[in-house]
Amino acid sequence: MRWINSIWISSKTSSQRARAAGLPILILMLMFLASALLLSGAPDEKRISIYSTVANYSLQVLERDGNDYVGLLEILEPLGQVSARTEGQHWKLRYNDVDAEFTNEKKRARLHREDFDLPAGFRLENSRGLVPLSSLSTLLPRILGGPVSYHDLSRRLFIGSVAVHFTAQVIKANPPKLVMNFSAPVNPMIATEAGRLRMVFTREPVLPPSSLNLTFDSKTILSANYGEINGAAEIAVNSTVPLLASFSNNGRTITLEPVGIPATQPQAAQVPSGPPPSIPASVALPNPAVPAPRRYFAVVDAAHGGEDRGAALSDQLAEKDVTLTFARHLRQELEAHGLTTLLLRDSDTTLSLDQRASTTNSVHPAIYICIHATSEGNSLRLYTSLLPPDSENRRLFLDWDSAQAASRTLSQTAQTNLSAELQHAQFAIHAYIAPLRPLNNITTAAVAVELTPPENGVAQLNSSSYQQAVSSALASGIASLRTQLEAAP
Amino acid sequence: MIPRHLVISAAVMFAVALGMSFYVWHMRSRAKETQPAAAADGRPVAAPVSGPTEQVTLYVANDQTGELRARSARIPLPAGRQAHAEELLRALFSLYLEKNSPHPLGPGSEVRNIYLVDPGLAVIDLNQAFADGHRSGILVEELTVASLAETLSANLPGITRVKFLVEGKERDTLAGHADLSEFYDVSAVNQMVAQLQIGQ
Repeated sequence: MRWINSIWISSKTSSQRARAAGLPILILMLMFLASALLLSGAPDEKRISIYSTVANYSLQVLERDGNDYVGLLEILEPLGQVSARTEGQHWKLRYNDVDAEFTNEKKRARLHREDFDLPAGFRLENSRGLVPLSSLSTLLPRILGGPVSYHDLSRRLFIGSVAVHFTAQVIKANPPKLVMNFSAPVNPMIATEAGRLRMVFTREPVLPPSSLNLTFDSKTILSANYGEINGAAEIAVNSTVPLLASFSNNGRTITLEPVGIPATQPQAAQVPSGPPPSIPASVALPNPAVPAPRRYFAVVDAAHGGEDRGAALSDQLAEKDVTLTFARHLRQELEAHGLTTLLLRDSDTTLSLDQRASTTNSVHPAIYICIHATSEGNSLRLYTSLLPPDSENRRLFLDWDSAQAASRTLSQTAQTNLSAELQHAQFAIHAYIAPLRPLNNITTAAVAVELTPPENGVAQLNSSSYQQAVSSALASGIASLRTQLEAAP
Repeated sequence: MIPRHLVISAAVMFAVALGMSFYVWHMRSRAKETQPAAAADGRPVAAPVSGPTEQVTLYVANDQTGELRARSARIPLPAGRQAHAEELLRALFSLYLEKNSPHPLGPGSEVRNIYLVDPGLAVIDLNQAFADGHRSGILVEELTVASLAETLSANLPGITRVKFLVEGKERDTLAGHADLSEFYDVSAVNQMVAQLQIGQ
């Protein structure tokens, strides 16, 4: 820093100044280039995934003399009582009541007082016994006394009957949905790229269906491919539109549906002045095959859903149900004002907070409205995000936890405007800031509405007349801000 | 023939044994009757208030008004900053666990530990009963978070961030709404408290 400053101070001529100004940029570029080279040069660490009825785990694979090796003790430790000791060049192992003896760099081993030949030499390194991966399918059944299945290319080891199977079916609704049912709960990593959604299962013993390639009779969701690589299974779904995944049935069902395509044609017809709904703009999901994207004006998020019931408002009423019915009312009201609206969930599905935020941000709406409900209090509440005062994002990438910082003023303007509109409609209203996710992860104006029971009780929270009145006032408030919200970058 | 004095001794000992059995059975029944009443009282044991005390400011939530109000209280003079922090929250919790509490917490709610980590971080570790018994709602959860964080930071100078744990582990939300995954910046909490002091 001092060195850079001294250059600035001693520079006099314009050319020198220009050179000095370029120096930090040059250093940054060199650092970036060096990091990129280092990262690109670092190969992915080889791992083996082990699935058993006791535990699912993953171990590092070591390469020795062109063969892949893994620690035998590490494989057996989670499965039963195991101990090992080193005696010179010999490594003695005891698993439950099975004794085995291996010798460093020798292929021949003793198992149950019988000879057993490994495909490559045993390795003894720092008292750690390494066996070739290619020996696992024959060695482990003898030690464990049960069936073992090893997928050599992908390094996935199945001990006993642990496989998770799945079926995939396209439901020809409007829009079509791909419903995937698994025989056990799953929690894959989901990534999207052009025309494809990838689900990577690292901890689940997912096995392929009868065919690795599934083709669907749909113009939107075309096919799904199953593959295995580096200890993981991957299902890639090919589509002509960006897809959103939601989980239900305790993680046993994954439903993929197009992002933001209205559920039925009649609702689209309710938009009086706006152009017909089409594919949302999405930074994360670019798809050259898709027609020119347009942005939704509003994203309405019915909080909770699926396994997350939210607050128990009464014995019969869950928060997730109230938020969903209200969100539908609000969408109808907004579209009646000509404001295209995306409902993040239009059914009882589980969506994580990160999924809600990333879908909203990829659609680039002018405003995000999150709906909550409570059984306590008697005035409606409007919230904006709680952010540290110095959380301005000045870097190249936005900080996820304070992505809202740049839109905070606009959110507060929306909050004030909506408060005034609700008061005008004779609703008592209070405005707060709150530590409520995903408000702070949203890159556009974002407010949360908390519905409170009307005078005639909690049960009326779900009444159509009450919800209609509140949603109508909110929609009017949002419509009056249209120009201001659309002008925002 | 058994001597007479031995027969009398055996009879007396038998009567004493019978009497003792009846007494033990009676005491066991009484213990069973009194036990549920003791278990139902989930309030933490109040600290002894003997010895010197100190005046502090507690930020007390009120669900009816949706407000957070400063209230003076006296707590035992602490031996150090950590003990001070624990006494502060103990005083706050005993208010919330009273019968007519303005902001009731679930029975058995307790602060397990408070860790003061330099520079300026306070980690509040709450018990499972606190999280499980907390009511769900944005405002009601926000009031709890603000009350705990503001009471600590207002009475212990130098605290700039507050982190909440439940049973020593991170938790996404308190009861479905208030975010517990992040560190609370005290200056942001002050903004939140300023709004909550306006009330409903």
